[in-house]
Amino acid sequence: MDVLDLARWQFGITTVYHFLMVPLTIGLSLLVAGMQTAWVRTGDRKYLAMTKFWGKLLLINFAMGVVTGIVQEFQFGMTWSAYSRFVGDVFGAPLAMEGLVAFFVESTFLGLWIFGWDRLPKKAHLACVWAFSLATIASAYFILAANSWMQHPVGVEMVDGRPRLTSIWAVLGNNTTLAAFPHTVFGAFAVAGTFLVGIAAWHLWRRTDEGPVWRASVKVGTWVGVVAFTGLAITGDMQGKLMFEQQPMKMAAAEALCHTEQPAAFSVFAIGDVSRPDCENVKSVTVPALLSFLAHNDFTTEVKGIEDLVPLYQEKYGTNYPVDPKLGELSGKPIDYVPNLPVTYWGFRLMIGFGGIAVGAGLLILWLTRGGRVPRGRWFAWLALGSIATPFLANSFGWIFTEMGRQPFVVVPNPSGVDGVWMFTARAVSSSTPGEVLTSLIALTLVYGVLACVEVFLIRRYVRAGVAGVLPARKPDDDTGKSDADKSDDVLTFAY
Amino acid sequence: METFWFCVIALLWLGYLFLEGFDFGVGMLLPVLGRSERERRVLINTIGPVWDGNEVWLLVAVGATFAAFPAWYAALLSSVYLPLVLFLLALIGRGVAFEYRGKIDSARWRRVWDRVIVAGSWTAALGIGLLLSSTVFGLPLDAAGDRVGSPFAAIRWETLLGAVAVAGYALVHGAVFLSLKTEGEVRERARALALKTAPVALLPLLVLLLTVQLRFGSAWTWGASIVVALAALGAYGRLVLRREGQAFALMGVVVAGTVAALFGALYPNVLPSTVDPAWSLTVAGAASSPYTLTVMTWVAGFGTPAVLVYQGWTYWVFRKRIGTRHIPEVRVP
Ligand code: HDD
Ligand code: HEM
Ligand code: HEM
Repeated sequence: MDVLDLARWQFGITTVYHFLMVPLTIGLSLLVAGMQTAWVRTGDRKYLAMTKFWGKLLLINFAMGVVTGIVQEFQFGMTWSAYSRFVGDVFGAPLAMEGLVAFFVESTFLGLWIFGWDRLPKKAHLACVWAFSLATIASAYFILAANSWMQHPVGVEMVDGRPRLTSIWAVLGNNTTLAAFPHTVFGAFAVAGTFLVGIAAWHLWRRTDEGPVWRASVKVGTWVGVVAFTGLAITGDMQGKLMFEQQPMKMAAAEALCHTEQPAAFSVFAIGDVSRPDCENVKSVTVPALLSFLAHNDFTTEVKGIEDLVPLYQEKYGTNYPVDPKLGELSGKPIDYVPNLPVTYWGFRLMIGFGGIAVGAGLLILWLTRGGRVPRGRWFAWLALGSIATPFLANSFGWIFTEMGRQPFVVVPNPSGVDGVWMFTARAVSSSTPGEVLTSLIALTLVYGVLACVEVFLIRRYVRAGVAGVLPARKPDDDTGKSDADKSDDVLTFAY
Repeated sequence: METFWFCVIALLWLGYLFLEGFDFGVGMLLPVLGRSERERRVLINTIGPVWDGNEVWLLVAVGATFAAFPAWYAALLSSVYLPLVLFLLALIGRGVAFEYRGKIDSARWRRVWDRVIVAGSWTAALGIGLLLSSTVFGLPLDAAGDRVGSPFAAIRWETLLGAVAVAGYALVHGAVFLSLKTEGEVRERARALALKTAPVALLPLLVLLLTVQLRFGSAWTWGASIVVALAALGAYGRLVLRREGQAFALMGVVVAGTVAALFGALYPNVLPSTVDPAWSLTVAGAASSPYTLTVMTWVAGFGTPAVLVYQGWTYWVFRKRIGTRHIPEVRVP
């Protein structure tokens, strides 16, 4: 393998891994903030128990989100130095803003929240969890603005062969960002909602104590999931329309649509090998005209197929890579404008499909547990725990689709933007040696693998222990009234 | 404008070295100063609420370098690749260890994470020193800013000296911090250790500054180096007199002087090329456009004061010394 492949594998593995923690942090932090608000307002111990239990799982997950994020911050310079030089004028700014505006708030107020239970007045302590969770949302906005700029570069002019920022507002207000941001945040809530439902339903099934805590969690989780999925469908539809305008090849690849169609049908699933851009041997089950709707809001629009798009791309961006030793094996070779079709086609379907399963399972569980009932069969436990994985999978497939669907570009040309603002992935990579990248790829993968086991082990342990594991069995309102900040001789309520 | 941003980045590094410097020190000293499990928990809890916020200074320093000097960011990080990987692994291990160490009540479990904290803190402190001294002493770069030469080009005696210098500083700084933040036996032990090790542990830092001085020095960096030496002596004296707060503040002056000397010697380069001085990356050549820098200035102008206020508030909230009597029983599932 050459540096390019290794660097792509490394970026893909580390980012998808980072994005396993990210949506749970975002979604759960806001839900925990809501739970604590309910506790502060009502004083009901149930809400305190929920805050503590889900808050503990949030913390276990957060630690991994932080440490895997650090790697991301360095990776653009380490393995994508040519990319960093090319886009630095534009791309670094949202990244720096994310740090300055979001990460500082996130990390500082989380520290205050964790250790501040008995040091801060109740309201101030509550404000900390809100500051923390809103900062996770802000961080998502900035990083998605950076990512959306790669999908759809705006707000720049070309100077000396490099894009130069002309309007930060154009970058932050990119319509691609405005669609991707709510989509991703709803995706995060889908994860958190299902997480609540799955774990709480399992506790109900085990008939552990604290029934009301688990019932409330199932209810909250399910409705959050339903709203999130509806939001995902609406914002996903917006993204589909933007994709049709901005990245027609990705659109065709999402459908493995070889020939131009008018009206275009949406493929529900396909039998056979979708990897060939000529669609031989593929039988597809389709819904007529739905793709036209996804692309342009009517049932008649023409959607271009891969066969017809390739010549258009070749005309605009060239048929062959330049001859340049830095391109390695690709130097002078023809450019393949077709993304990896099985990945894009199935990635798109699995994103929607797993999301649908998640919300369906939530509703089913809510219905099965209505009016104090709980099914006794083992299948119910499997349903509850199994459903937790589905929105994680949906999110991962969404990203894999989005990112691999833009290949061979790392910065996708904007059809209505400034000429020349695009970059091939092959051009973006550092001039490191394969040995270096292979070393880091192996090291990071191994360490991430070990840490995944540790995180799952810990989460399991805390899930099993339930509320008793996080809340002392004191009298319910023992620690409600006191909010005195000066109790220096007391033992800390929380310590590592 | 470019020079202003060069100074901002120096300040971000200063904030990082000052704050996470003592985090590293605490981690490095964990088995030395924490003789019993309770004492080790005292040590970890002195930085518990703040270590993540301190680490963000690094992320912002690196992110701001990307935004303001993309060519510097790209050349430095891709050239010092393998040491950086080790550094990142160290940060990963440390971060997870703080959070997970106390989550299971088992001596073996804690022993493993303690080792990760110690190894991670040493490696990370050394790594930061290596990275910073690489940018000061330069790397073998070609005209495009790519490294020529082996993956280990960043490992030379000057950069190893830089690594040891930062680790030595972190060690002393951590001990002084602990003497300020703990009580009882731990406090005494930390103070004694700081006094005993400082003359040796701060030596590499002074040798580093001397080397920089002989190589690139100017009147301005001379001044900064002298400030470092005086502040180090002052910190020592204050600690002898048990004025831990003042000693800690003087350690801040030590690191401020160090950063001033290093970045002062670097200017107007940001990353010299050791192959041909004409290929060195300079403040003017590596910078982003004036518009980008203006945007970043607005963001930093509003953001930084806010950060200083709420991070300062955190230190105020957790200002109390911690001793073994504050540490709760282990109560985990
Ligand atoms: C949609 C949201 C999102 C996306 C696409 C990414 N991240 Fe992330 N990141 C977060 C949302 C987030 C977060 C929710 O804010 C995290 C997750 C858990 C956490 O601790 O904060 C975080 C943590 C986190 C941290 C640690 C912050 C700290 O110390 O507190 C860094 C440095 C990054 N990320 C950097 C990146 C980079 C360079 C990415 C691009 C490849 C990236 N993240 C993708
Ligand atoms: C956290 C969510 C994200 C996930 C899961 C994700 C996923 C991926 C995947 C799977 C690849 C590999 C594609 C391939 O090799 O074909 C990739 C590449 C890449 N992504 Fe993302 N991505 C995410 C966010 C981002 C963001 C926010 C940015 C920019 C700020 C970004 C920038 C890149 C870059 C520079 C590459 C390397 C070039 C390439 O191989 O295409 N990604 N990402
Ligand atoms: C219900 C119908 C859905 C539709 C129509 C839809 C549509 C889309 C589209 C078109 C994109 C690609 C955007 C682009 O590359 O330009 C996308 C990306 C993505 N989707 Fe979905 N989606 C749906 C459901 C879901 C679900 C259920 C999840 C997760 C729980 C999810 C998570 C993601 C993620 C994480 C991305 C990548 C990030 C981004 O570009 O925003 N989607 N989706």
